[in-house]
Amino acid sequence: MPVGAQFLRVSVWRGTHDGRYVEYRVPRQTSQTVLDVVTHIQRKLDSTLAYRYACRVGMCGSCAMTVNGVARWTCRTHVSAVAQDDRLEIAPLANLPVVRDLVTDMREFFDKWTRAKGQFQGSRTRRDDFAAVNPQSKASQALQAGIECIGCGVCYASCDVVGWRADYLGPAALNRAWTLINDTRDVARIERLRAISGDAGCHSCHTHMSCTERCPKHIAPTASIAGLKRATAAAMVKGDL
Amino acid sequence: MQNALLEARLWLAQRVSAAVLGICVVVHLITIIYATRGGLSAAEILARTRGNGPWLAFYAVFVLAVAVHVPIGLRAIAAEWLGWRGRTGDALLITFSFALVAMGFGAIWGLFF
Repeated sequence: MPVGAQFLRVSVWRGTHDGRYVEYRVPRQTSQTVLDVVTHIQRKLDSTLAYRYACRVGMCGSCAMTVNGVARWTCRTHVSAVAQDDRLEIAPLANLPVVRDLVTDMREFFDKWTRAKGQFQGSRTRRDDFAAVNPQSKASQALQAGIECIGCGVCYASCDVVGWRADYLGPAALNRAWTLINDTRDVARIERLRAISGDAGCHSCHTHMSCTERCPKHIAPTASIAGLKRATAAAMVKGDL
Repeated sequence: MQNALLEARLWLAQRVSAAVLGICVVVHLITIIYATRGGLSAAEILARTRGNGPWLAFYAVFVLAVAVHVPIGLRAIAAEWLGWRGRTGDALLITFSFALVAMGFGAIWGLFF
């Protein structure tokens, strides 16, 4: 693919919350990804740059950053798709504490999965037979629609409500809870509905749909959260909540 | 999980009141357009509304739906934009809800009695 200018002007966030942008000149390459750009800076221009990545192919979810104001996987984002006037601005993910440079502290993000009771809780033992699950059922279809989340944090960084309410569980944790609500083998349904209800839970979602628009896996956490709202309402009417 | 139950109740109340308002607003707008395009005077409108039971019931439902719907929405805005959470904020919004009922029924009183 032909490229325009020979160099990119890349502004990269350096430091913690009190940091600043530092500009680097990075040579353009064919089919260059944003992760390639960051790696070039770290290996050739400034070895003190901190960033995080692992698989480079969109499987691990560790390289998400804010690129020109939008949370993205840097490994799956071509420079040609996002550079404006041969410029890039690369920052750490929003709504998360910055450890240093482009590295965010993901603890709160994953702690919220725990708070949303994101762990499967079954009742069978190894002596029981396999559970029979109908893959065509409505519940299985809903589960499958949300199960491919790899916890990259793009939705969480894109969510306005997380910015407004620090305790809001966020799209990823709520999506995880929704997959478990639809898992017919799981036995902690009511406990989980209680965990994801309340003003830090699904009822705070404003359906802005930024999570759904930006999810690199094309999951729709907004739909999952809407499902949780319906499920909590049904449980409440039955007197289970 | 009192909080979970309260939030679920408020969410359902807001959804149900929104559905009621959806119908009420459409009927109300059609009525306004009909009355103004038909050239009805204030006196002619009052002549139609005074003592009219069905219209009284319709606007009573409208006012109650507003009094339920609006404070719940404002509660979320107050929590997110002003940081108002807990009992003080809720007490203010309940007061506002009663104020809406009072103003709404005041208007209904003028139209129907």
